[in-house]
Amino acid sequence: MSMLEIKNLHVNVAGKEILKGIDLSIAAGEVHAIMGPNGSGKSTLSYVLAGRGGYEVTEGSIRFKGKDLLEMSVDERAAAGVFLAFQYPLEIPGVTTMTFLKTALNAQRKARGEEELDAVRFLKLVREKAKPLNVTDDMLKRALNVGYSGGEKKRAEVLQMSLLEPSLAVLDETDSGLDIDALKTVAEGVNALRSPERSMIVITHYQRLLDYIVPDVVHVLSQGRIVKTGGKELALELEKSGYAEYGADAA
Amino acid sequence: MAAVKETVETVREAEKYKYGFFTDIESEKAPLGLTEDTVRFISAKKDEPEWLLQWRLDAFRRWLTMTEPTWAKVSYPPIDFQDAYYYAAPKQKVQPKSLDEVDPKLLETYEKLGIPLTEQKMLAGVAVDAVFDSVSVVTTFKEKLAEAGVIFCPMSEAVKNHPELVKKYLGSVVPTSDNFYATLNSAVFSEGSFVYIPESVRCPMELSTYFRINEKQTGQFERTLIIADKGSYVSYLEGCTAPQRDENQLHAAVVELVALEDAEIKYSTVQNWFPGDEEGKGGVYNFVTKRGDCRGANSKISWTQVETGSAITWKYPSCILRGDNSRGEFYSIAISNGHQQVDSGTKMIHLGRNTTSRIISKGISAGKSSNTYRGLVSVHRKAENVRNFTQCDSLLIGDKCSAHTVPYIETKNPTAILEHEATTSKISDDQLFYCMQRGIGEEEAVALIVNGFCRDVLQQLPMEFAVEAQKLVGISLEGSVG
Ligand SMILES: Nc1ncnc2c1ncn2[C@@H]1O[C@H](COP(=O)(O)OP(=O)(O)OP(=O)(O)O)[C@@H](O)[C@H]1O
Ligand SMILES: [Mg+2]
Repeated sequence: MSMLEIKNLHVNVAGKEILKGIDLSIAAGEVHAIMGPNGSGKSTLSYVLAGRGGYEVTEGSIRFKGKDLLEMSVDERAAAGVFLAFQYPLEIPGVTTMTFLKTALNAQRKARGEEELDAVRFLKLVREKAKPLNVTDDMLKRALNVGYSGGEKKRAEVLQMSLLEPSLAVLDETDSGLDIDALKTVAEGVNALRSPERSMIVITHYQRLLDYIVPDVVHVLSQGRIVKTGGKELALELEKSGYAEYGADAA
Repeated sequence: MAAVKETVETVREAEKYKYGFFTDIESEKAPLGLTEDTVRFISAKKDEPEWLLQWRLDAFRRWLTMTEPTWAKVSYPPIDFQDAYYYAAPKQKVQPKSLDEVDPKLLETYEKLGIPLTEQKMLAGVAVDAVFDSVSVVTTFKEKLAEAGVIFCPMSEAVKNHPELVKKYLGSVVPTSDNFYATLNSAVFSEGSFVYIPESVRCPMELSTYFRINEKQTGQFERTLIIADKGSYVSYLEGCTAPQRDENQLHAAVVELVALEDAEIKYSTVQNWFPGDEEGKGGVYNFVTKRGDCRGANSKISWTQVETGSAITWKYPSCILRGDNSRGEFYSIAISNGHQQVDSGTKMIHLGRNTTSRIISKGISAGKSSNTYRGLVSVHRKAENVRNFTQCDSLLIGDKCSAHTVPYIETKNPTAILEHEATTSKISDDQLFYCMQRGIGEEEAVALIVNGFCRDVLQQLPMEFAVEAQKLVGISLEGSVG
């Protein structure tokens, strides 16, 4: 079954064309890696999927589980199962991570017509999900992302993902800023979520992450276009030869 | 809309009695306008002793010589004080028989606030059924308070039953000559509460609990007096998160607190008066004078307020730190949306030695509203080792509202250490996007972020109200984005 179907996607940001005709098809259960030079449009693609304002789709379509994704609001997409682990997670002062997680989970459950979790059941669930990611109770009690280290922010993103159990998870450079141990922890967390019903887009600059999270397909994005698609060995190739042959210098 | 119509009808009804009503002591309303006779009428209605009548008349005569203050950052058409009624006996309202008869919009708000069903009935004025006998609950509370020796009654009852206390303390914190609105209140006040906590008594309950059960009639010119005798403690909550409408546009309350040696008073307010319609018409003008006197050494007075309603709010709960080592606190959340105008803050007057104060103000403006913090920290010559910490944070939602911070500092003693921090921020689109990406709807996201911003103050509220106040914050900002 198709999870995500992007066809000829053109996107303008601040009047400038950033994505110039993307075609991408992801089946349920697949993990796709997207690599590519700085400024090639990787984060732009992830924001368009999530529905961030200011990203104007001038051409093309996106279907998610058969539905027109572009018709849906940001929170509707989230409730339908689109999750974005941010390259730069936002700080929400005064709102504890615990409160934030509970608000988010219950908002999604409500939107889907499911019963909301009470405080006791939620606490049990969040502790269960937090433990393997080394997210401590102390972190959960602090304001979301405020004063978190780079690595803590990324772990908190993965915790959110594991709690919200999305159908399509987009991880934008979730590996950047992680030390080697944290990288393993995060990768294990992500791998634990791999399932035949769940697809993932993993955006990264480094082959290293893909040693842990082994992708089914690797794409190279350059200057707003997917210029090459291959298997996991493509990442190894890129590690050796860089992006020169894909016209990165012309950017 | 319904409320506006109701107001018009009430005014018409009142017009009918404009003449030939004057000396009729049995009548429900005082005649239109304000004269010495109006003051006498009110005093007679309340069957007051001569000294109180004279006290009112003094205030009235002084009021005639005063002019309305204009320094606050609020604007409104001139108020015609002769075109208002200054006394109306509490009306016997027609009680709805069940919640089915209550305006569904009101019920929706109760629902959002999470007010339990039985309380919803009482707030909506539904005749209480046998399931929940509020009368007996109130009686239990009354007995409990009496056992502790706590006096808690309407001001008019206190005048009759405890004249020596009233005489001693009334006007001792806010003198009749204090300011235009307080002076007006002194002349015509007709509702309000009186609290006395005897020496070394810790009031056995939040005085709020009682109100919730025994719905309090809020008056136009309330007068509240709370006295905490040596070593006593009381926590008092005024107001209600449920929206309140009132046919009287002008409100001018006075609250006086007296804390004697080692006593502590915690006074919390949740104010949610009708803010006016979309154009800002018809909202309540709230001109309040609230002041606490830390009269004894080591005493403490703490004001916590959540201000979300009214078209105009003019309010500066203050502390006079007279006793050595006394402490004053002011925690405030002031939310303005639509066309609301808020000018609020506090005064900390340090007279005694080693007195300390803490001010945390969170102003949130949305829509086309204006939100001003106005504060004064004053240190007198003899006040050694004073400390104050002030933090004023403003949060803006949208780009048509405004926030202002006006902190005054006067210090005549070089040993004082005064700290002031101020921030102004906006809810960023990125923060909203982040929350919404997690499935949180836009309005809920705003409420979440704003509640985070107010957290330090919300934590000061009595537990039972903190949750409701949090929801109220969200409701007040509905329609402020998008
Ligand atoms: N708001 C904006 N206004 C103007 N240009 C923008 C805006 N947002 C993104 N861009 C431009 O779009 C291009 C793609 O940016 P994007 O963040 O998608 O790159 P990326 O592939 O994620 O890069 P990196 O690897 O550095 O994270 C860049 O040239 C960037 O400057
Ligand atoms: Mg990027």
